Parts: sequence; structure tokens; C-alpha cells
Amino acid sequence: MSMVEAIERFVPDGSRVAMGTALEALIPFAAGHELIRQNRRDLELVGPISDALFDQLIGSGCVSRVTAAWVGNVSEGLGHCYRRACEDGVPHRLEVHDHSNFSISLALWAAAWNVPSLPTRTLLGSDILRTNPNLSTGFGMVHVGAVRPDVAIVHVQRADAMGRAHAWGPLGITEEAGLAADRVVVTCEELVDSSVTLSDPNRILYPETKVVAVVHEPGGAHPSPVQGYFKRDHGFYREYAEQSRSADGFASWLKRWVLDVPDRATYLEHIDVHALRIRHHQYSAPADFGDE
Amino acid sequence: MSDAYTSQELMVAVAAREIKDGDVVFVGMRLPILAYAVALTTHAPNARGLFEVGLMRDQPAGAFLGTMGDPPNVAGALWATRMSNAMALMTQGHVDLGFIGGAEVDRFGNLNTSYVGDPAKPKVKLPGSGGGADIAILSRRWVTLMNHERRRLVDRVSFITSPGHGDGSRGWRERNGLLGGGPAAIITTLCVFRFPEGGGEAYLDTVHPGHSVDEVREQTGWTVKVGATVGETDPPTEAELTAIRSRRGEA
Repeated sequence: MSMVEAIERFVPDGSRVAMGTALEALIPFAAGHELIRQNRRDLELVGPISDALFDQLIGSGCVSRVTAAWVGNVSEGLGHCYRRACEDGVPHRLEVHDHSNFSISLALWAAAWNVPSLPTRTLLGSDILRTNPNLSTGFGMVHVGAVRPDVAIVHVQRADAMGRAHAWGPLGITEEAGLAADRVVVTCEELVDSSVTLSDPNRILYPETKVVAVVHEPGGAHPSPVQGYFKRDHGFYREYAEQSRSADGFASWLKRWVLDVPDRATYLEHIDVHALRIRHHQYSAPADFGDE
Repeated sequence: MSDAYTSQELMVAVAAREIKDGDVVFVGMRLPILAYAVALTTHAPNARGLFEVGLMRDQPAGAFLGTMGDPPNVAGALWATRMSNAMALMTQGHVDLGFIGGAEVDRFGNLNTSYVGDPAKPKVKLPGSGGGADIAILSRRWVTLMNHERRRLVDRVSFITSPGHGDGSRGWRERNGLLGGGPAAIITTLCVFRFPEGGGEAYLDTVHPGHSVDEVREQTGWTVKVGATVGETDPPTEAELTAIRSRRGEA
């Protein structure tokens, strides 16, 4: 399925969307940029540390609520669009449900396990309890209310057309986000035959019944890294941090890298893919699934 | 060599000394990542690093890291997993030391990385907790590193993202159900503050070479408590400096 179609069909206005679930790698920037091009509105973004993607969606006016542990630019610091939205209501006001990394994971596990909340000791003594209505205390514990995304969008190394996705490296909250979500959109570096994915069922992230779209989108996580495929483009994050410092600077950044770019393939023509591609491969030993 | 180092290098060396051999350390980014690498190559070769993305390592990454999720941090890992597994270890008391960054710290070691001013209409919206609150509440002890500026070292933070010793009363953490022991030290560009056992207010432990107690007082937003003796922070050793400089790009 094309990115345009996947976003059109499965991420309507008003959706609660989990993205950036691996924290700093595998961030689905291509999907986020398509949301911006389709002028999506009133989204609730759910994530741990989503690197700069949430900042871009907020600056583009796509977002009405953020349910996350952190919004900024991991290697550069503050998220300038996030600041403008929260401090000045530019482009408009934002509702913020603060979490920690652990509590957003628990909120998603609660939804995945279909319970109203999960108890934890994290956040005891934190003022996050005062600002997030989805957190309560009782019996000496914090109760983290379930957060059920309408859709989780994940970028992975490879997937087959049936939606069986293989991802490797640290997963952050990728599993609970997909299990909790009503549906999952997978974007992948490589679209592979099912004989590849089914050769290692332990590595399949979700049951195929959860996955509604598989988009073959090489380079779809740039500037974030993809283990075995792409290094992190540190300079790109730096440039974004500098340009997004002002609303005008962000607008020209957005025009150049998102609005004037029809698709990911065209986007990739403007970056040095050659320098970013990982060339020294380190393959794991295959696991033997023999049965007789 | 010892008189030619930057204040950041000194902070990294001091932070590295907080890591004991065999510790499991919740590392974080930037200076703590350097501190972890320094500890491994000097006095703590058996320290393990845990990263909230879902990684455990026993060696520093082989190349520059912009974030803890970068490919060089994954290659050669002892464990690549989901975040909730790393958090599970911390809730069980398996994390001996954590590092947390912050925009503001107060005299009880509480950190603010969320809001400057009223959360409903903040003067500055900071990025948020990330894993900071989790480390502050659940790790056995933690330290924070900060540029020593009056606007950063404040009497009381307006918003506690990551709790230290709360209101500073003895036993505050235990009474409120927080699992770990809380902040052990604030390492700044001028000095090292430490906390009494069982909680309370930060006291000045050592001042970095070339700086004075008066300078610390002037640059701190609370009335600095000074112990009977204030020592001088040991400067970085040659081995520490060599280890730091071999990874200079990461500061």
C-alpha cells in the first residue's frame, strides 16, 4: 500500500496515534510527514521520547493533545514548536498529559491487557501526578490509566505483505503500543517474502490480525537510525533545531522538507543517502526451528 | 597536565568516580555516557550500563553516539529488549546508580524538566520527564550534573518532575513510598553538593580547584549549607583525562 493511501484510510482527523515508540531509532518520519501533507487535524500523539517528529507535527497544527514522556530534539534539546504551542498558543493551544517513560509504557500495557489501570510505584512524589488527569493514587501506589491508541505507526527493518514485521535493536514501547492500538500501520525498509518473516516467528512484532497496512518506505525513518540500514543523521537534527527556533524558520523548513516534497523517494534525493547507509553488516546466527 | 582541563572534564571525572566496580548504572546521555566510559576504563571495569530504550552493555560504544538508540550502542550489547524490562530491573533494586539531567534543581535535590512557571500557562515548556522521574524514584541512588548558574540552582523548583528529597524533612522518601535512596550528589561546574543519609538539604562537600566557597554562594539560589570542612575536588587524573579525551566528540 502507498503511504498516501495508508494515512488516508487509517489515520483520520481526531485519531489517537502512537508513534516514535522505539524512542530514538525507527521513528516513522515519512508517515508523520504524510500526515502533515494531508493536513490532518486534532490528533492526539502518544509516545515516550519521540525525537523531533512530535515537534514537527505540533508546529504544523496537526495536534490537539500530547500524551507523552518527552517532546523535544534528543541530541539538541528543546522542542521549539512544542514551546511555542504551550507558551504562546502558536499555531494553537495544546493539551498536555505528562508521563514518564515507564508510565506511558504502563498506560499502553493496561490498554493491551484490557484493564482500566495498572499500579506502579513510579511517579510517587512527582508533580506529574498533579497535571495528568489520567494518573491517580491510592493504597500507596500510582494508578496509571489505560491509553488505547486508535492506531500505532511503526517503522521496522523488514515486513511481509501480510503485516508480519521484524524489528531488532532496542524496542522501547513498540510492542505494547501495537498491542494496545486498535490497528497498526507498518512502514518498512524492505518488503520481504513471508518465508523470511516466518523463518523467525519470535521476531514478529504483532499478530497479523492487528496490522492493517504495510508500506514499503525505504529511508522512512530518516534522520533517525535504523539498525543495519541507516546511521543517525546528527547534522539534520542540528539544522532542524536551528531553523525551528522561530515560527518563520520552521515554516520554511517545513516547506522545504515536507510540503514541497511529494513523497519519500523525492525527499531522499535531497540527502546524502550514501554517507548514511550502514555498510558493515553484523548478522546474528540463525535460530534452528527444526521440529523433527 | 592536571591544571589543563575544562570544567566539563572535571565534572565527568567526578561523575565517573560515583560508579563503583560491578554497579549497574542507568546511564542516560551526554556527560553521563562519557562518565560511564571513563569508569569502565579506569576503576570500574565490571560496571554495566542500562539504557531505557532497552539496552544493557558492558563496554562503551565503538563510535560516536548522538543518542542512546544509535546503532553503535546496539552493536555489541549484552541485551536488547523492551523498555519495560529495563524498568522492571530498576523496580527490583537492580540499578545501583542513575544519572539524571535537569534544567533546575533545588536544595532538596528535586529536579524540574517540565514547566517553568504555571503549568497552565508556562513561561518555558521544557521537554518533560523522559525516564528522569523513573530513575529518581526507583534507582538506589542517583546524581545529577548541571552548569552552575543561579537560575538553575533554585531554592525550590516550581514543578517537581523527578523527586529528590521532597520537602527536605527526614525520611520524606520512605514516607511517600519512593523506593530508592534518592539523590546522592549534585555535580556542578563549580562544586559538589552531597546529601545527608536519610534525606534533607544539600551541603557543600567540595569546591573545584580555582573556585571559592564565596563564588558558589553567589551563584546558588539558596543559602548554601557549608559543612565543618569544605575540601577541594580532586582534579582529573591523567588516566581519567586520557579516557575522556579519547571520546571527546561525545561531550
